[in-house]
Amino acid sequence: MVAANRFLRTVSALKKRRWLLMRRSVQILIVLAFIVDLPEIGRIAAGNLSSSVWFWNVPLTDPFVMLQSLLAGATFAKTALIGAAIVAGFYAFFGGRIYCGWVCPINMLTDAAYWLRQKLKIKGNLTMSRELRTVLLVMALVLSAITGTLAWENINPITLLQREIMWTSAAGLTFLAALFLFDFLVTRRGWCGHLCPVGAFYRWLGHYGRLRVMAVKADACAGCSDCIKVCPEPHVLAPLVAKKAVTVTDSDCTRCGACLDKCGSGALSMKLDLRRGATFRGIPIVKK
Amino acid sequence: MHKHTNAKESAAVKPGSEEPARRKAFKRVFRHMGVAVLGSVVAQAAIFSRPARAAKILRPPGALPEKAFDSTCIRCGLCVKDCPYDILKLASWADPAPLGTPFFVARQNPCRMCKDIPCVKACPTGALDPLLTDIRKADMGVAVLVDHENCLNYKGLTCSVCVRVCPIRGEAISLKPIQSERGLLQIPTVNPDKCTGCGTCEKHCVLSEATIRVLPRELGLGLSGTNAVGRMVW
Repeated sequence: MVAANRFLRTVSALKKRRWLLMRRSVQILIVLAFIVDLPEIGRIAAGNLSSSVWFWNVPLTDPFVMLQSLLAGATFAKTALIGAAIVAGFYAFFGGRIYCGWVCPINMLTDAAYWLRQKLKIKGNLTMSRELRTVLLVMALVLSAITGTLAWENINPITLLQREIMWTSAAGLTFLAALFLFDFLVTRRGWCGHLCPVGAFYRWLGHYGRLRVMAVKADACAGCSDCIKVCPEPHVLAPLVAKKAVTVTDSDCTRCGACLDKCGSGALSMKLDLRRGATFRGIPIVKK
Repeated sequence: MHKHTNAKESAAVKPGSEEPARRKAFKRVFRHMGVAVLGSVVAQAAIFSRPARAAKILRPPGALPEKAFDSTCIRCGLCVKDCPYDILKLASWADPAPLGTPFFVARQNPCRMCKDIPCVKACPTGALDPLLTDIRKADMGVAVLVDHENCLNYKGLTCSVCVRVCPIRGEAISLKPIQSERGLLQIPTVNPDKCTGCGTCEKHCVLSEATIRVLPRELGLGLSGTNAVGRMVW
């Protein structure tokens, strides 16, 4: 009896975190794809998040790294460009910051810092402008052109963390620890929300991304704002809760699904929004 | 008169009132630009002040010259994965090379000169030049016998291990007789045109510090001057 009860409670707890579990699975599977050698067939993904070969044939290249490289003066290379086109095409169609929510390993680190912050009820918050990300993005690109090296890759913690995991080294541990502590003690969602230029690049790339959080049952929304409380980028949900729009069109949305998990009334869901003209100059059009 | 003064007063912006949106927008843009410029100056200084890669850091075969390599290599690590002898590593901050770029250290693990050059084949951007098809034409550096005091061959003991382990011995490195006060010495002599810089000689030097080293070409070799006499080939 007790065991059945516990089982049912575990199942319901898992159901309440469907999107979180899916997201973590994808992130962890991507990390594992690069390091696990399957018997008889080898590694599914060779390389790292900068550029890789999946299933021994499909090249994928991070378009931001590619852009830095081209600005630094590199010549065009077929394989890397094909890979960059595939990745850029995917994110441009579905939504750029899906990278942040579903691929980036640093997200696991910053989510952990945020969870710890909630647990220990830490209130101190250094306010930073969200535009800082864009400033850093522009700086990284300009510096790549000036210095002739991949400016952001000199300190990029995303590939750094992945290399540390792959080669089990710890030379960059101080930087990663500093990042964790920054998000834990200093500011809420500091790295992903305010500093990371990779997020800014993908936000720009996926401006017209079509996989969107939509309020399909807008009438069911009770206006409790629970979704805004769990969202890492709450401003994207504000128009929905204020009943000014039924679709999240701000490209800051990482499609993390925290709002979908949290919404008690089932008003929200993630859909492929293929309607034409859903926004006019960034203002969502509410079709009645 | 009163009306005139009132009109004048109301025309000026009252202290404490909101400034026009235009002014706010410009202030914001200039603040961002200021941060960007200042940050770029500091970051550029930081990037340029990082020392060039150390002499012992050797690039994989087919690597473009260092400046071009630094911009073309996207730090993917595919060459590292495809090296059958696991000699390559991606640089960490502790290593004297740009973060994430592939390298090997000859004294620890020299290049095995694979005929099919899998590292070059793996590179997606051409930082390892795909035009390199013959590994004997690679230029990872040049071997230089740096220490004439400790090298056993100079002491009259014909060690010659470096000559014997060279993958292209006889062409890249050979023993040449040199007359000295001790008698006739057999000295390992490198032919820079044939040496690929694989580092096998450096790895197998029997002394505790190798007396033959692979150095980047600009360090290991000189260049003839303009005087015609000096350009004669003996």
